[in-house]
Amino acid sequence: MIELRSLTKTYGEGQHATTVLDSLDLTVSPGEITAVVGPSGAGKSTLAACVTLLERPTSGAVLVGGRDLTALPEKDLREARRGIGTVFQADGLLTRRTAAQNVELPLKHLGVVPAQRRARVAELLERVGLADKAHRYPHELSGGQRQRVGIARALALRPSVLLSDEATSGLDPQATASIVALLKELRDDLQLAVLFITHEMDTVVAVADTVARLDHGRIVEHGALVDLLHTPSSPLGRALLPRRAHAGSIAEDGATGPATQRSVWVVSHAGHRVPADWLVRASRALGTDLELLGASLSTVAGVAVGHAVIGAPGHLDDDDVEAALIGLGLHAQREESDAAEQRAAARTLEQPLEVVA
Amino acid sequence: MSTHVLASPVLTATSTDLTWAEIPALVLPALGDTLVMVGVTMAIVVALGVPLGVSLDTLGPGGLTPRPVLHRVISAVVSVGRSLPFLILMAALVPFTRFVTGTNIGIPAAVVPMALAGTAFFSRIVENSLRSVPPSLVRVARASGASPLQVLTSVKLSEAVPSILGGLTINTIAMIEYSAIAGTIGAGGIGYVAVTYGYQRFDHNVMITTIVVLVALVAVVQALGDAAVRATTPHSRRRVPRQRRAGTSGATPSSSSPTVQTSASASPKELTDVHH
Repeated sequence: MIELRSLTKTYGEGQHATTVLDSLDLTVSPGEITAVVGPSGAGKSTLAACVTLLERPTSGAVLVGGRDLTALPEKDLREARRGIGTVFQADGLLTRRTAAQNVELPLKHLGVVPAQRRARVAELLERVGLADKAHRYPHELSGGQRQRVGIARALALRPSVLLSDEATSGLDPQATASIVALLKELRDDLQLAVLFITHEMDTVVAVADTVARLDHGRIVEHGALVDLLHTPSSPLGRALLPRRAHAGSIAEDGATGPATQRSVWVVSHAGHRVPADWLVRASRALGTDLELLGASLSTVAGVAVGHAVIGAPGHLDDDDVEAALIGLGLHAQREESDAAEQRAAARTLEQPLEVVA
Repeated sequence: MSTHVLASPVLTATSTDLTWAEIPALVLPALGDTLVMVGVTMAIVVALGVPLGVSLDTLGPGGLTPRPVLHRVISAVVSVGRSLPFLILMAALVPFTRFVTGTNIGIPAAVVPMALAGTAFFSRIVENSLRSVPPSLVRVARASGASPLQVLTSVKLSEAVPSILGGLTINTIAMIEYSAIAGTIGAGGIGYVAVTYGYQRFDHNVMITTIVVLVALVAVVQALGDAAVRATTPHSRRRVPRQRRAGTSGATPSSSSPTVQTSASASPKELTDVHH
């Protein structure tokens, strides 16, 4: 369990002071992965540095297992840091040591006897699925494998908290998926509190239980991943499942043809109980076929999430259509004539979140 | 005859060069002197230069334990040692050398200025090697609770070993050059022979021999240094068998296709690894 209480970090003094973290509050419970997302310069790296106390926060507290790390002198801090395992973007493996020797190093620094070290290293490499690569050097491993060694090393001292600072950034999709799966396993098996700092939205959807959006040093949005995805008004939810262009947006400009007679609706899953055949059911309830113009649907943590753009024949009453859709647990909104502008606005809201750091 | 020549090289200067048969008796002992001079100097240089270089990096800004004032003092001292041309440093140090060794000629007298100049040189090389270790490695170690001393030994020095060995090679070769300069003030060694016979007596045979010996000596030191760097760098060490394998498979095209197949079958295995 890790708690950040009004964590503030300011660089410089007087007029030139820059506040990078602005009384930030965040709690990650055991067995939970909290993703912190945000554009470059939002304070993600500083947050990571402050959590491990590699940077001293200007004010506020970092509590790991109820113990305030910020109050500790440097010597005790070294010991306290051992309660937080850290995985960095660059795997940070020592090039002249094998995978096993890299994992062993924190144990060696702690003063664990060689026999126990060997046993623990074997166990850790087994845990991350690299038992057969123990004696390989980092350059002989793939990016994903190196990051697994990094995770094994982070777990060497049995931490209760795992800090992942852009751990999957720079990995190919396959390696990212494997690291995500490993982190979820570790969360469940070791009841780790995982603080997952990233700028990659796809990874967040795959890994996180809760998500916090960091902007200008503050957490501006925070909630369970599924809830965010079920809230159409949430900028974070929209950024996590970006809307795509749909057929309706092309036909709209045409003055003639069927497009003029149809109303376009943006529909999104607003709760857990949306039946998979909602489009058929809504069509049946309205007595006419609805058109599917575009959709992005998927399952997150066993719950269906996503959104779709549908077209309804122009003769239908807006209220009837809305009632039919809401009755199925969907959120529905008619796209007005200024829809293109709305979409553009939605895109600009997403953009700062999608900046590649 | 050759002993007579050695005893009073300048007085017996004639237009006659030494014969090729006479040269080894002159050059071999001189080579021995050079090796002793450089060897003793390098032992001192390593013993003093490593701690100095470590303190330059550790105490400097962004170091493990920054101490700006102390760092500035050490850095200034080292820079003074580095800034004087060796010939001038050697001449300036004569009183100090006599104080330490009791003499200002011969090998002991040469070792003192060489060791001083070499230590200043080597401490910068060590500092530079330590600075080149990626800060991310230091961050990882510190985040897992390593003390500054543990970071220094098991991360910084350990990662910098190949680089420091490469620097040691450069430094040793520079010391061979310095030993030749020291030869001009009567320190003995190859440099002394080159100056007294090759330069002052225009003995071309001796001059050519000393040049060949020096080139060979530097080549041997460089080869040894390169081997040491390779031996301490895992990714260069491993590359050798791999290239050989590629070479043999290229030579026999029939055996190259199984190699390709095994590497292709290895990657799906890694992909399945990915899922557990």
